[in-house]
Amino acid sequence: MAAVTADQTTQKTLGTEDAVDADRVAAFDAAVAADERIEPRDWMPDAYRATLVRQMAQHAHSEIIGMQPEANWITRAPSLRRKAILMAKVQDEAGHGLYLYSAAETLGTSREELLDKLHAGRQRYSSIFNYPTLTWADVGAIGWLVDGAAITNQVPLCRCSYGPYARAMVRICKEESFHQRQGYELLLALSRGTEAQHAMAQDAVNRWWWPSLMMFGPPDDASSHSEQSMAWKIKRHSNDELRRRFVDICVPQAEALGLELPDPDIRWNEELGRHDFGAIDWAEFQAVLKGNGPCNEQRITQRRTAHEEGAWVRDAAAAYAAKHAPAQSSTPAPAPNSAPAHPVEETA
Amino acid sequence: MVLSHRLGEWAGHAPVLEEEVALANIALDLLGQARVLLSLVGDEDELAYLREERAFRNLQLVEQPNGDFAHTIARQLYFSVYQHLLYERLAAGDGELTGLAAKAVKEVAYHRDHAEQWVLRLGDGTEESRDRMRSGLDALWRFTGEMFQPVEGLDSPESGVDWGALRSSWLAAVTDVVERAGLNLPAGPQSGGWAAGAGRQGLHTEPFGRMIAEMQHLHRSHPGASW
Repeated sequence: MAAVTADQTTQKTLGTEDAVDADRVAAFDAAVAADERIEPRDWMPDAYRATLVRQMAQHAHSEIIGMQPEANWITRAPSLRRKAILMAKVQDEAGHGLYLYSAAETLGTSREELLDKLHAGRQRYSSIFNYPTLTWADVGAIGWLVDGAAITNQVPLCRCSYGPYARAMVRICKEESFHQRQGYELLLALSRGTEAQHAMAQDAVNRWWWPSLMMFGPPDDASSHSEQSMAWKIKRHSNDELRRRFVDICVPQAEALGLELPDPDIRWNEELGRHDFGAIDWAEFQAVLKGNGPCNEQRITQRRTAHEEGAWVRDAAAAYAAKHAPAQSSTPAPAPNSAPAHPVEETA
Repeated sequence: MVLSHRLGEWAGHAPVLEEEVALANIALDLLGQARVLLSLVGDEDELAYLREERAFRNLQLVEQPNGDFAHTIARQLYFSVYQHLLYERLAAGDGELTGLAAKAVKEVAYHRDHAEQWVLRLGDGTEESRDRMRSGLDALWRFTGEMFQPVEGLDSPESGVDWGALRSSWLAAVTDVVERAGLNLPAGPQSGGWAAGAGRQGLHTEPFGRMIAEMQHLHRSHPGASW
């Protein structure tokens, strides 16, 4: 922590990026070009730092908001085995949130600051979690499709140029793959179950398919951050490329499940060696992104409420810690990362 | 199983991310223990999802609604200390639950530590947290008496459980933590006449029926289906 603070101080005295020694820029570019990892104490361009904070915060926020649609079914899970699996999954998501906030903190921000921005609507989370879980099968559809899309997106991040993020992703992707298999298995049990269960599974896939495709973000020609992120090797593949890869993975899986994907235009394109698929409703995507999806209000309100209602608990823990702190620390430690040297521009 | 369910209701609502992890972790441990116990008797899902309220034998304490975080922690303290002491005795005994208890005692020791640490923090934190901790401990006190009614099947000497001794060990342990937190346990009896042993006879408090209605609804809506 001390090292990071020192580094930030250096940055501050140097002022704007223009003043930074050109050698540092060259060293950074060379490290990225050579596929080396950028570490917290390394020099990095302000915009690289800001992009990473934005992306990692959004990722962390998605993990914790993403607990809600699934937690919605914990108390109604239809068997004790499924209930245990679902509880473990939601617990993992909280853990992923913790990894990602920690990783983001290496960039000179703090979890508190990021949560405040989430609660104020200044940072986003994945648009997918603004859809409601209406039946038990939705839990399976989220595992199969939503986690599947997340994995397709996130596996390349294991090779992201920023070391702490890449390492967090290695751990997260292992657990996500496990969740995805469990979701698939849940849907398989429904699909092969009674007629009512099969219908429930099909209905869930119908509702989650398109939102899952939207998880890859806007089409390449409308993606504002893509080009720079790819140059910095934060991103390795374009949105459309990952989306196509996901469709190619899902089509045979849907067949194996005995469920249909709700897109009459999906067909194998021999020439291109991949599936063609129908047009995404980008107007819906934009509406959800702007806060007008089915659950935006509910999700953020629950998060804010949990945070506000928990304030007295956090205050108590802090007061207790202060009372029982070792006596020798006469000089109060500075609040970690209380004044980030690199304010992050918000996109929302 | 019932306490696990209640803790599961916290998911997405905890005061801090670490507690999301901790409460879910405890809930999972308890659910795991419940599944082993239920499977000893019959089909776990049949027992969980198809019994009606009057057939459940859980303590009234564990079915109490979560309330605020202090209320949840008070419930957890009372139960985890009890469970830890009980499982220690069962693990040392010679009954059919020795194996289960030996495994579970490690999990429960962690639950107990978690609850105790929070009682200390809330009791010795801020004025508000002290008040809330006190209300939680007070409100649930009347449900603690039934924990020491000998459980059917665990009332013989070879079970390793001396219920009277368990009661005094529990009282000493809980008193110690609560006093270290700067609080006192409520005076008076640990239970009224109605609550004593009521849960063990299938006599529950009103919130319990709604809890299992929610829990069982989906399972009951698809008779014979497997999940």
